Amino acid sequence: MVVKTLTINEQLISAREEETILQAAQDAGIHIPTLCHLEGVGDVGACRLCLVEIAGSNKLQPACVTKVTEGMEVETNSDRLQKYRRTIIEMLFAEGNHICSVCVANDNCELQDLAIEMGMDHVRLDYHFPDRKVDISHHRFGVDHNRCVLCTRCVRVCGEIEGAHTWDMAGRGTNSHVITDLNQPWGTSDTCTSCGKCINACPTGALFDKGSSVGEMKHNRAKLDFLVTAREKQQWLV
Amino acid sequence: MDLPELIEIAQKERASEKLVQIRCCVAAGCLSANSQVVKQRLEEAVTADNLTEKVEVRGVGCMRLCCQGPLVQVEKLGTGDWAMGTGEDSKQSPHSKLYEKVTPDDAPSIITAINGGETTVQQGDLTHPFFTSQMPIVLENSGKVDPERIQSYIAANGYQALYHVLREMTPSEVVDAISRSGLRGRGGAGYPTGLKWATVAKAKSDAYNDRSDRKFVICNADEGDPGAFMDRSVLESDPHRVLEGMAIAGYSIGANQGYIYIRAEYPIAINRLQIAIRQAQRLGILGTQIFDSHFDFKIDIRIGAGAYVCGEETALMASIEGKRGTPHPRPPYPAESGLWGYPTLINNVETYANVAPIIRKGAEWFANIGTQKSKGTKVFALAGKIRNTGLIEVPMGTSLRQIVEAMGGGVPDGGVVKAVQTGGPSGGCIPAAAFDSPVDYESLTQLGSMMGSGGMIVMDETTNMVDVARFFMEFCMDESCGKCIPCRVGTVQLYKLLTKISEGKASFADLELLEELCDMVKHTSLCGLGQSAPNPVFSTLHYFRDEYLALIS
Repeated sequence: MVVKTLTINEQLISAREEETILQAAQDAGIHIPTLCHLEGVGDVGACRLCLVEIAGSNKLQPACVTKVTEGMEVETNSDRLQKYRRTIIEMLFAEGNHICSVCVANDNCELQDLAIEMGMDHVRLDYHFPDRKVDISHHRFGVDHNRCVLCTRCVRVCGEIEGAHTWDMAGRGTNSHVITDLNQPWGTSDTCTSCGKCINACPTGALFDKGSSVGEMKHNRAKLDFLVTAREKQQWLV
Repeated sequence: MDLPELIEIAQKERASEKLVQIRCCVAAGCLSANSQVVKQRLEEAVTADNLTEKVEVRGVGCMRLCCQGPLVQVEKLGTGDWAMGTGEDSKQSPHSKLYEKVTPDDAPSIITAINGGETTVQQGDLTHPFFTSQMPIVLENSGKVDPERIQSYIAANGYQALYHVLREMTPSEVVDAISRSGLRGRGGAGYPTGLKWATVAKAKSDAYNDRSDRKFVICNADEGDPGAFMDRSVLESDPHRVLEGMAIAGYSIGANQGYIYIRAEYPIAINRLQIAIRQAQRLGILGTQIFDSHFDFKIDIRIGAGAYVCGEETALMASIEGKRGTPHPRPPYPAESGLWGYPTLINNVETYANVAPIIRKGAEWFANIGTQKSKGTKVFALAGKIRNTGLIEVPMGTSLRQIVEAMGGGVPDGGVVKAVQTGGPSGGCIPAAAFDSPVDYESLTQLGSMMGSGGMIVMDETTNMVDVARFFMEFCMDESCGKCIPCRVGTVQLYKLLTKISEGKASFADLELLEELCDMVKHTSLCGLGQSAPNPVFSTLHYFRDEYLALIS
């Protein structure tokens, strides 16, 4: 095993060769905000919240997919990065319909947590008010596209952990949305196993258990962690 | 297939050429103006006058002055050079005539002119700078060879470079020749082609723990910039040229499979490529044991559904793999891990079209053309408010003034040129005051624009620059794949702000927000589409800020 040493925020740390900056930082107790990253499934580098500055490069790099190198100097929390991250969160709030007071995930929402972390107390941008649908055709679950941030965690968790690949993406640009099977109502999906992993993977209240009222939708990420550990390390630790 | 056989085909083809050649453009521009019927009527007229022994009517590729199409060129062979010959012999043959805006009814009149009579059909001026300032390397066969007959291409010395490479050069010698030529990627970014080839040649595949040395060559023909049609023209006019370039690239990097990724909006180009691939395979020029060597190379076509983002290399490869065409972060670069995880070489159409002449005439010959850092020529699609619209191929370093004013002939009806937009949605607007700058990668970047694939849109004084920025932002907004937030939401926000400004409803705070969001979208987006989407706004703000301010105050 090859070990690399690097500095993150002027703190000297060591990391395994194949580790990403995000993993190395987490091991060292350094927090980098993320949204599309989910432990156990592949990274896509889409939310751009984990962008970091690397000395010697003008380009910002996503910490979740950038591997560590020897002597790398990383800055994760510069004023510039904080500003960009705040704007990204603002953009998400402007894009969907993120009214926490009526959301099933209120108080259990990663988007909400990020907004608080970024100190975002108002949105300067124009709201899009898109025409998005709610699908409650499934007997146990529901999807409210207004609360979807298109992180594709559900797509990846369904494809990579459950192996069903019920979820996918359709449309492009601002019309992108998640779909089940061939863009049919979730309740009529032949491939959905009703395992609920997507519900637990969703960072917001977009995917929810039917019957949840405001603030009642809790995500159980431990369930996903358990499955991934069981599969990858053959350990069934509860 | 052997060299003598290749030469025999060429000689036979040349020997069968008739005294007079009537070349009728059958590329997309002229075809849309009914040139297919013109060609048919010309053939009928030739038959009616019993001239079939002496006169050949040939469908050819683009003759460049697209605004005057359908174009027909009459050339008396054996009496002079090609009208639009290569480099040094580009001088006008006195026996060549270009007819413009030809209608089917003009056919008999053209035949009368061949017989020495008078004609009323509008004639083009082949001594105009539009033609004389050009230096055809990529387009040397365009408008001359029949794109649907491989013999026609072979008669123009086609496939000799490939033969030479396979039989007399080692792969590293080929890479070295391309490096020495100084050729840079014609897709827009201008990455040194030789360096890219060398990197892929050295790359080892570790995809799926596969020990085989599989590699791929991809030709990016997903041209989608508004106002650009260079790649389409090259493919429609001279498809074999691109195939030959790809095969040479395949040999030099050690790949046996090539893909041409082309958008479905280019049906004529797709059709001609399919014909070309089939013909080359039949002659043993593509397929297994090419020219009886140990080199196998197959080329397949992959048709894209027309998403601009699929021109971005990682999205393009995802699309070839059958996945949703969205980009993913680089590194790993395609040279290391590309198609299905194998090392992949990906170049633009025009880049491949430059390869065969470099091999045939030598790297030094190519390196002597152009400027210090930008070698060779560049094909531009001249469009917009300009008299002569069409395709031009000029040496790098030609000034914008030469292109817009001398070759393009300025704005019709006496208008004044205000700016020229280069590089499509990723580029910027260059004001008329900067027209003395040479056209090369560095100068254009310095002016806040870019070479891009070669679209050049001329704008006159009636153009509102805020509208221009808004148009390109709308394009990027529609074409964003939606994967990353800055591009998906940022382009919509920018479009809304630009609309607000152009409608006169914006405040200074909006302008400030516009600049802030531009900076953010540029620096945080995942791929080139988002990273360059704010460029038209930046460049119009830089050169035409007063127009923004006038709409605000």
